Amino acid sequence: MKQKPFNVEDIRKSFPNLKVGVHEKPLVYLDNAATTFKPQSVINAVANHYKSGTSNVHRGVHTLSQQATAAFEDARNKVQGLLHARKPCEIIFTKGTTEGINLVASSYGQAFLRKGDEIVISEMEHHSNIVPWQMLCAAKGCILKIAPFNDQGELIREEFQKLLTPKTKLVSIVYISNSLGTINPIKEIIADAHKQGAIVLVDGAQTVGHLAVNVQDLDCDFLAFSGHKIFGPTGVGVLYGKESLLDQMPPYQGGGDMIASVTFEKTTYNVLPYKFEAGTPDVAGVIGMGAAVDYLQSIGLKNIERYEQELLNYGTKALNAISGLRLIGTAKNKTSILSFVLPDIHPHDVGTLLDEEGIAIRTGHHCTQPVMKHFNIPATSRASFAFYNTSAEIDQLAQAILKVKDVFR
Amino acid sequence: MSYDSRTELYQQVILEHNKNPRNYRKLEHANHTSEGYNPLCGDHLTVYLHVNKDDIIDDITFEGDGCAISRASSSMMTVALKGKTIKEAKELFRQFHLLVTGELNPEKDAHTLGKLSVFSGIWHFPARVKCASLAWHTMNGSLENVKTVSTE
Repeated sequence: MKQKPFNVEDIRKSFPNLKVGVHEKPLVYLDNAATTFKPQSVINAVANHYKSGTSNVHRGVHTLSQQATAAFEDARNKVQGLLHARKPCEIIFTKGTTEGINLVASSYGQAFLRKGDEIVISEMEHHSNIVPWQMLCAAKGCILKIAPFNDQGELIREEFQKLLTPKTKLVSIVYISNSLGTINPIKEIIADAHKQGAIVLVDGAQTVGHLAVNVQDLDCDFLAFSGHKIFGPTGVGVLYGKESLLDQMPPYQGGGDMIASVTFEKTTYNVLPYKFEAGTPDVAGVIGMGAAVDYLQSIGLKNIERYEQELLNYGTKALNAISGLRLIGTAKNKTSILSFVLPDIHPHDVGTLLDEEGIAIRTGHHCTQPVMKHFNIPATSRASFAFYNTSAEIDQLAQAILKVKDVFR
Repeated sequence: MSYDSRTELYQQVILEHNKNPRNYRKLEHANHTSEGYNPLCGDHLTVYLHVNKDDIIDDITFEGDGCAISRASSSMMTVALKGKTIKEAKELFRQFHLLVTGELNPEKDAHTLGKLSVFSGIWHFPARVKCASLAWHTMNGSLENVKTVSTE
């Protein structure tokens, strides 16, 4: 796809939500790790589906149904292109990252994990990459092992390697930490796990849309992400899986579309990817996600990565200049997420006071309570940038933090 | 809606109680204790009461982690409830709950909240109402012999 030179002012024009005001001030949206704004092309794709293209998919012979099916499958092809997957059938549409992880835990876990088998995750996982494995371990008698990170928020590779044994059947690990910003050396981690014969699921929620991802090069077995974090709609996401594994796995949910034939004596299942897509999917959402992929490709993932690294460097300097402020997550290899704490000022108070200045950040434990426990803090304030943010917005953030300190002086 | 939190939410008295919380310690001889959690934000506190044979709260303390609103609210609650009967404490809990949900206007409606009415502005900040009410729910839980109170 043809790319224009990267120009943040042009890019901002494509995002109508950036133009709203909060408390009569221009909005500074720095909560992109929670969800991202949608470009006009995504909004149009969703609206057009409902305005002139409403239909179910994979069922009708009528024109609208055929068009909707074509657009829906085209979105699958676009995601395949974005992830560099071998085949479109390796792209399963889900509700989001959480459902993708649950699908693997439920389907692969129930079919292939046995009592005493070990599952390795890391200390920096989002709750959605902890709880499904705890549930599986409780059901099957498997053992969950946790790879620790150091005080910079970097996974300790040697400790991770020590946890891998012939009993390790599955490793599920986050590519980029949502609360620390750490970019894990995922390719090396996957190679380590494969050496022991374990399969690897990658939580790509904070990665896709920010870094170029090539699932064949990484050699991950599964990768899950959410549409709404890649500038697409909420309620849709993707599970990538290697065809050979997906083929062996039993269905996740039963229902329409996932069957080949149904009789009361015997039901046979549909082929990939439909075996894992029971029920009417979020057709408009998937089409919208396809438009988001087009948008990302038109900007270029390499350009996005380069610009967001600039924002990270600028933001790190700006926040480090504030006396007393402590960054949580100082890994050498980081994405544009800045978690921080201020002495004697609780993040929720920071969040409320920044909101008064029109600045949206996330405060709390970010669904990573073990990370908070590691640093012995109840919560952090987190500013997370996307390619439509600017250094001027980071200056506003720094100014507003100084004001917060002034209130609590 | 424009709303200046600095004057309405973070009032001087709240900032002061946050900085120097009263009765912030464990009460060794407590006969009513409860822990309060806000699972959404991770706030966590313990409220300790000693109720004497005449049903009077003769001592009340708290400990825990929380934001300025939750800390100030806990501190001011302990000050307000010390020396009160259980019946009076329950009545103040009822009034405080109405206050922070915007159903009691301290300027118009009859109340016995005293300094606690400083929290009247909080209903403009729906995400923060639980910060102010956690200590009160926990206190009430301790009187009902509930060991753990959650805001969810």
